[in-house]
Amino acid sequence: MLPNIDLGQIQNDCLNFLPELLICGGIVLILLIRLFDRAHMGGVALVMTLTALGISIVQWYGTIGGTKLLDAPLRLSESGVFAGGFHSAFGSLVVYDHLTIYLRCFLYGFTALVIWLSLTTGIPDREDSADFYCLLLGATLGMVFMASSMHLLMVYIGVEMASVPSYALAGYLKGRRASGEAALKYVVYGGGASGIMLYGISLLAGRFGTAYLPEVALGLVYSFSPPAGGVVFDPVLILGILFLLIGVGFKLAVVPFHFWCPDVFEGASAEVAGYLSVASKGAAVALLARLTLLFGGIDSMDQSRIPAHWETIVHYLVPVLAFFAALTATFGNLAAYLQTNLKRLLAYSTIAHAGYMMMGLAAFKPLQQQTGAFELPGLQAVLFYLAAYLFMNLGAFAVVAYLRNETGSEDLDDYRGLVRRSPWMVVMLSIFLLSLLGIPPLVGFAAKFQIFSVLWDTSQAWYRHGDAGLGAILFGLLIVGGVNTVLSAMYYIKVMKVMILEGKAEDLEGREPVRLREPIPTIAYSLLLALAVFVLGILWAPLDRFSHEGIERFAWRPPPPPGRFPGMRGPGVGGMPKMGGPPKGGKGMQKGGKGRKGPSQ
Amino acid sequence: MAERDLLWMTAVVFIPSVFALLLIFVPRGKEEIMRWLALAGTGLTLGASIGMFIAFYSDVIDRNVRGTDPRSREWVSLDYRLGQIESENIADPQKSSDWLTSYPWIGRFNIYYYLGVDGISMPLVLLTALLSFLALIASWKIERFVRGYCMLFLILETGMLGTFLALDFFLFYIFWEVMLLPMYFLIGIWGGPRREYAAIKFFLYTLLGSVFILIALLAFYFTDVRDFVGPRTMKEAVAEAKSEGRTVSGNQVEIHTFDLVVLQRVGKAALQLLNGQPVTTSFRAEQAKAHLEELKSRKGAPEEMIRKAEADYQAALNDAGLKKRLEQAFFQPWFQYTMFLFLLIGFAIKIPVFPFHTWLPDAHVEAPTPISMILAGILLKMGGYGIVRIAYPICPWAAEQLAYYVALFGVINIVYGAFAAMAQSDFKKLVAYSSISHMGYVLLGIAVWTAPERAQYWSWGMNGAMFQMIAHGITSAGMFFLVGVIYDRAHHRRLDNFRGLYEPMPLYGGISAVIFFAAMGLPGMCGFVGEFMVVLSTWNYNKIFAVLAALTVVITAAYILWTLQRVFMGENPQYRNYPDINVREIVCVTPLVVLSVALGVLPGYLLLNWMEPSLTGLVDTLARFAP
Repeated sequence: MLPNIDLGQIQNDCLNFLPELLICGGIVLILLIRLFDRAHMGGVALVMTLTALGISIVQWYGTIGGTKLLDAPLRLSESGVFAGGFHSAFGSLVVYDHLTIYLRCFLYGFTALVIWLSLTTGIPDREDSADFYCLLLGATLGMVFMASSMHLLMVYIGVEMASVPSYALAGYLKGRRASGEAALKYVVYGGGASGIMLYGISLLAGRFGTAYLPEVALGLVYSFSPPAGGVVFDPVLILGILFLLIGVGFKLAVVPFHFWCPDVFEGASAEVAGYLSVASKGAAVALLARLTLLFGGIDSMDQSRIPAHWETIVHYLVPVLAFFAALTATFGNLAAYLQTNLKRLLAYSTIAHAGYMMMGLAAFKPLQQQTGAFELPGLQAVLFYLAAYLFMNLGAFAVVAYLRNETGSEDLDDYRGLVRRSPWMVVMLSIFLLSLLGIPPLVGFAAKFQIFSVLWDTSQAWYRHGDAGLGAILFGLLIVGGVNTVLSAMYYIKVMKVMILEGKAEDLEGREPVRLREPIPTIAYSLLLALAVFVLGILWAPLDRFSHEGIERFAWRPPPPPGRFPGMRGPGVGGMPKMGGPPKGGKGMQKGGKGRKGPSQ
Repeated sequence: MAERDLLWMTAVVFIPSVFALLLIFVPRGKEEIMRWLALAGTGLTLGASIGMFIAFYSDVIDRNVRGTDPRSREWVSLDYRLGQIESENIADPQKSSDWLTSYPWIGRFNIYYYLGVDGISMPLVLLTALLSFLALIASWKIERFVRGYCMLFLILETGMLGTFLALDFFLFYIFWEVMLLPMYFLIGIWGGPRREYAAIKFFLYTLLGSVFILIALLAFYFTDVRDFVGPRTMKEAVAEAKSEGRTVSGNQVEIHTFDLVVLQRVGKAALQLLNGQPVTTSFRAEQAKAHLEELKSRKGAPEEMIRKAEADYQAALNDAGLKKRLEQAFFQPWFQYTMFLFLLIGFAIKIPVFPFHTWLPDAHVEAPTPISMILAGILLKMGGYGIVRIAYPICPWAAEQLAYYVALFGVINIVYGAFAAMAQSDFKKLVAYSSISHMGYVLLGIAVWTAPERAQYWSWGMNGAMFQMIAHGITSAGMFFLVGVIYDRAHHRRLDNFRGLYEPMPLYGGISAVIFFAAMGLPGMCGFVGEFMVVLSTWNYNKIFAVLAALTVVITAAYILWTLQRVFMGENPQYRNYPDINVREIVCVTPLVVLSVALGVLPGYLLLNWMEPSLTGLVDTLARFAP
């Protein structure tokens, strides 16, 4: 028997997710046009993405018939939860809030830029364009769902939707051995990772009888630190969480799950590598942020009632995130120094940047107003970082793509003395690399500054909170970040040194260097990105405001006075999740995992 | 005219970058036009900085000297001027004659485009503008990539001038970093044979220092400084919080700032607190005290009012909120120690202080002549300026505790630099090591923190250090230029291979003698004044240090005289047909010669008289609270 379907609700959800529907339609449209006409599909894809971006921007401020987030008041829902500023869609599979829209704008804006790039570099050609853009749009769609998922099933689907097209994209340069190798490596690693992740998901879902993430998080807290006190290490849960995070860590290329990244980036074309390095990483960061918010009790159904529990779990969460952040950033920067292929070097640089972003996610801040309540101010810095990273990293890969078209090489050795042959491209690439390094007044500095400032702020907050251990960890993370900046200078500067300071052998013989072609569209494209890097580095207040609004709903709010809301249970009483209490002994499978509705309005 | 001070300072900082942009539009192959355009840029900047100096002098210094207003003596201090704006004594906060100007830049972090000038920064601004102009004249022989060279040079100039004028720590940091890259490329592209190594070494050392400064900057920012800002700032903060939809009263709002002047007040409070004195430097207490004193000095003020003012003052001292906020990390010993060390290391790398000095000989030797002039003449001064402006006033307690060690490193620098210079056979390396030695006097002069009753000695040290910075800026730039002149002719710098240059180049020999003697510290020349003041104040601090610093003058004299002897004396037929110094070179070096004599003869009129009030004010406020 079909369950009752609330058609109004579905219509509302569809309107909220109109951009995604549009992208789906775009994929179908491209495939249809292809049946009749082998035209270049870049224009179609670009229009579709830009429309989706436009709708998302409108949704940021208002709505197109769906839920209007700005006006949604923050109120206490029936279960005693602060609801508002968000909307659970499609049976609570995905969540629609400002964070979702922010990342959606990020992904669609970025994809539009990548499509524009592909139009200027001529990869793909007319023949293959339909495949290429279908895969690109499909992967983007998956990434949007990764960034907005509220359900373990959706996490898995999102990751797979993003991964499978990416595998094909990585092997897109047909006939090139490196490209095929890259795709194969990516598939094998990716398949393994997603298998492990699925196993983790099934462990968690089986343990709690639900895959709805807020409930999983709640169950986790109860099992991990039962109200009776103490900490229980349940191997099933630990494995479940670990496997889930391995899946995310793979997408994010966190050390030690980063092996695929340099090989894939080296083999794939620079356009695809640029796409993967920003979009895939951005979506993975967003997913990790969602999980961190949930497991840290910030985006929870039950924050106001069981403070002490969250504190225990945060105590484990912060060091783990901090450790992997430090490891990833340091390893990425050290390994990059030895690279001779520019794309490989940039691959390690993206690994390092994932580390910086994870530093932001580790920055939990205990609140003075209520023990056990936390905020994640680092998430705002991470959102800013993502936007900054978009321009500078895409810019770097775009210049590599242009240079590859002209010189036919991506080896650093062939770029000796390039400044005399291709001055524009070298200056642009230098700007992007310097921004990645974090030199003011470029946007990379603004982003790094915010991450560092959040780390200092939270470390002090932990000291004041009386927890010197976590304070020291976060302060250590700040120092690691600072040292890493110096480490990263070694290889970013090395690239510039090779291009600008070193001379090519033929220059030494006194011959005039052959100038490379620098067509107007390529200059325009890279100049635009460079200007964005520059302007956003000086006037970063607007972007800062957007990233702030993106996380506004996760800000802590004081609990209402007891008794004002009849539906709410008093603090400390009956602190059991709705699904019927924490499972006992590891084998108590609960039923009722299907169709559980989260808070919706 | 609206906001004269803003216009002057902004013009001085950004004229070079505007000309850097203009250079893009000069067609390829017109190198001569590019050079003249760049020269026009630096010349205009020099003109603007002189104009700014005259305006600043008449608004701030002259008012101070004339002293018509009994409080005008204080007008020269940044702190006082800011206090006047904040306490709303000045109706118009954007008044021209206060020489402070701030406009919001990044709201959420309270970052301002905030420039200001006092007797400490003004001489350095003038020095920067002058040396940049002269260095560009010296750059006329650069043939490769003229456009790139001029653009980088002009951006570098903006960075340097901005660093000296910025009063917002964040803005300061940005300008500080902006200098880094142009310098890297200027050494790396136009330098000598080992230029790449020297450039990357310079870059990494300085970047490491910057990271330390960045951490200190963050640490200061997250201190709630609401007790140290005036009502105007509080009102703005409350209004801003309200506009964001938060409901706050004046008591709840926290004030975080990058304002160096405000942070200096907080530093003073930390000094008092950690020395076990009551904190009298909060804004409220200072206002109450001023009011009380004014009442007391006025004849016939009712007893009751005085009692009330007295009570107000006591209440301000014992404010509960203040007491609570004084428990913040900023006021803990570990914080003061750590941040002072971070800042000190960050700035010491730039000075450079032994053992962070190894980038300097490499960079100086490999850099082209004009860039060596800039490096020695200005970039090293930024380290000294940072210590005077930031490290000492904001972390005074730690500075006082560690003063001995700072002074010790100053002495090590002086002695080590002098001996190392003596051992060099490369002319440029010799000058580079002599820079290390001379900058040691700067560090020593800053460090000699003496007890309050003898604060005037420390004040001499500070003044000597600042004077030494200017003097060294002039002489070291001159020396590097002179080395460049013979390098252009002989194409080598080996001291042992010269001999007998006086015969073909008498004018050059004469000029060299003047500049080198000035560097040596011959009485009557500019090098003498600073060193003398520093040694004098050191005598009151630690006699061994003073003796060592004074004895090193002998070593200095030895290596300089020996150098002059090796280069100019004797006969050498090989170099007989060398042309003497040409017109362009004379134009470039004359101002330096004139200044190195003039500053030695009239140190008071030319510099000390108007620089001293700022430094003495700084020393007084710090020394007053020492135990």
